Amino acid sequence: MTIRTDIEDLLRRLTPQVLGALVRRHGQFEACEDAVQEALLDAAVQWPADGVPERPAGWLTTVASRRLADHVRSESARRRREAVVAALETPLEPVVPGPEDHDHTPDRDDTLLLLFLCCHPALSPSSQIALTLRAVGGLTTAQIAAAYLVPEATMSRRILRAKQRIKATAIPFQMPPPDKRDDRLRVVLHVLYLIFNEGYTASSGPELQRAELAHEAIRLTRAVHRLLPDDNEVAGLLALMLLTDARRPARTAPDGALIPFADQDRGLWDPVSLKEGVELITSTLARGPLGPYQLQAAIAAVHTEAPRLEETDWPQILALYELLSRVSANPIVALNHAVAIAMAHGPQAGLAMLRALDSDGRLADHHRLEAVRAHLLEMAGEPGPARDSYLLAAHRTTSLPERRYLEGRAAAIRKMRAPAGADENRDAAT
Amino acid sequence: MKYMLLIYNNPDNIEAMSEEEREAAMRGVDSILAELAASGEMIGGVALAHPSTAKTVRVVDGVPETTDGPYVGAKEMLAGYLTIEADSLDRAVEIASRWPDARHGAMEVRAVMHPGGMEM
Repeated sequence: MTIRTDIEDLLRRLTPQVLGALVRRHGQFEACEDAVQEALLDAAVQWPADGVPERPAGWLTTVASRRLADHVRSESARRRREAVVAALETPLEPVVPGPEDHDHTPDRDDTLLLLFLCCHPALSPSSQIALTLRAVGGLTTAQIAAAYLVPEATMSRRILRAKQRIKATAIPFQMPPPDKRDDRLRVVLHVLYLIFNEGYTASSGPELQRAELAHEAIRLTRAVHRLLPDDNEVAGLLALMLLTDARRPARTAPDGALIPFADQDRGLWDPVSLKEGVELITSTLARGPLGPYQLQAAIAAVHTEAPRLEETDWPQILALYELLSRVSANPIVALNHAVAIAMAHGPQAGLAMLRALDSDGRLADHHRLEAVRAHLLEMAGEPGPARDSYLLAAHRTTSLPERRYLEGRAAAIRKMRAPAGADENRDAAT
Repeated sequence: MKYMLLIYNNPDNIEAMSEEEREAAMRGVDSILAELAASGEMIGGVALAHPSTAKTVRVVDGVPETTDGPYVGAKEMLAGYLTIEADSLDRAVEIASRWPDARHGAMEVRAVMHPGGMEM
């Protein structure tokens, strides 16, 4: 690991502590957050050249406090509010703390408080994500923009808007009340899950930044798990991320092509992540109660136990999907459930479940519904209708590697069966 | 989700507009652009020069052939585009419906492909 990465890691780890300390002292989340970003940028320039200060958190807090004072001073120059400056300058700490000055990093970890703030339901999902990555993750606006493939100005406006919303709705910097805590934690976990999913997808583009999102999501979820070790769903989400991320090396061909789960070289799955994920979910499931993240992690863990796809314990996976569909009735879960049914009881049983999803509406035009149907039709020995479904899925996806994969499957069928016969009437065949 | 909003209009109709109509259309455009910038939905966009300045290039039998004018000879021609990031297709369509050219030309909303993909 290079010095540069060590420093970046340190800065990201310290971000919530420093921001939390500043907000506690001065309030004004939005101004403090700007000041901390500026301090992080200063550190990213100075530390590699001058070395990491003895008390890095103290250094960052001092520099950020100064930036905040500068900001308030320029504001007050306009508004003639010198009193505020005086009040702000008093608690400033020296850049090089004396021996008696124990690092003013608070022992308390403000990561959770900040996550609750950044993932407040008053903010849109895209704002929650952007603000979480910056204020809790310590990523720069440029890094976040690159990962989400938008211009920096766009991401910058999104973050500004989120902070204005926090100010306008006077969202407090405190733990949610006990009766709201569980619901609010679900939102936090969902935001972390969305960040992970964005980075988890195979990518032929800026692979590095996007993989970094998955790592960042794992890092933040790990921090939440450390703070809430008894919350089973937090543990479940962390296990799910670890088990899913372990497949990353097997998911993409060297040329960027997507390798489907069934065709992955399981020898490439990362054994360290697998081990940690399996151990975590095993100990969590033993405690109960169950939740959707734990069940998804349990399903991923069962997959890892099979050295080859053919050895998968499909009845167990099916049982887990039945539990999952009871606690989380979402159509993507139902789609994966249909795959498990097909693997356990044959493709016709899976196809029957897909027909039920057709009338559900929520997935009606979704490419994944059609991609799964194509796979099951292929399994059922109906290449003509399978090919039609692959092409329909290819038309509907907005992902380049998925389109390439789906068109490839369709072309492979055509090649096998050339010349194409009477495969036009898919309804009759299914 | 990223969308491209393609702007189609008939340049003859634009030229036939009164000064007031033109001003109103410009104000409409400015206000949507300001809204999209402020919300963080705006990604980019361009306006295109008059279609009479277009060159259409085709390779025929391995030889590039260049003709004057736009590719499609319809009355409505591509005048520009904007790319946005919207929470839903409904939102993208809503923005397109407020764009002035939707009234005297047409807006086409297309999803933009992205480089990531889910495991299949």
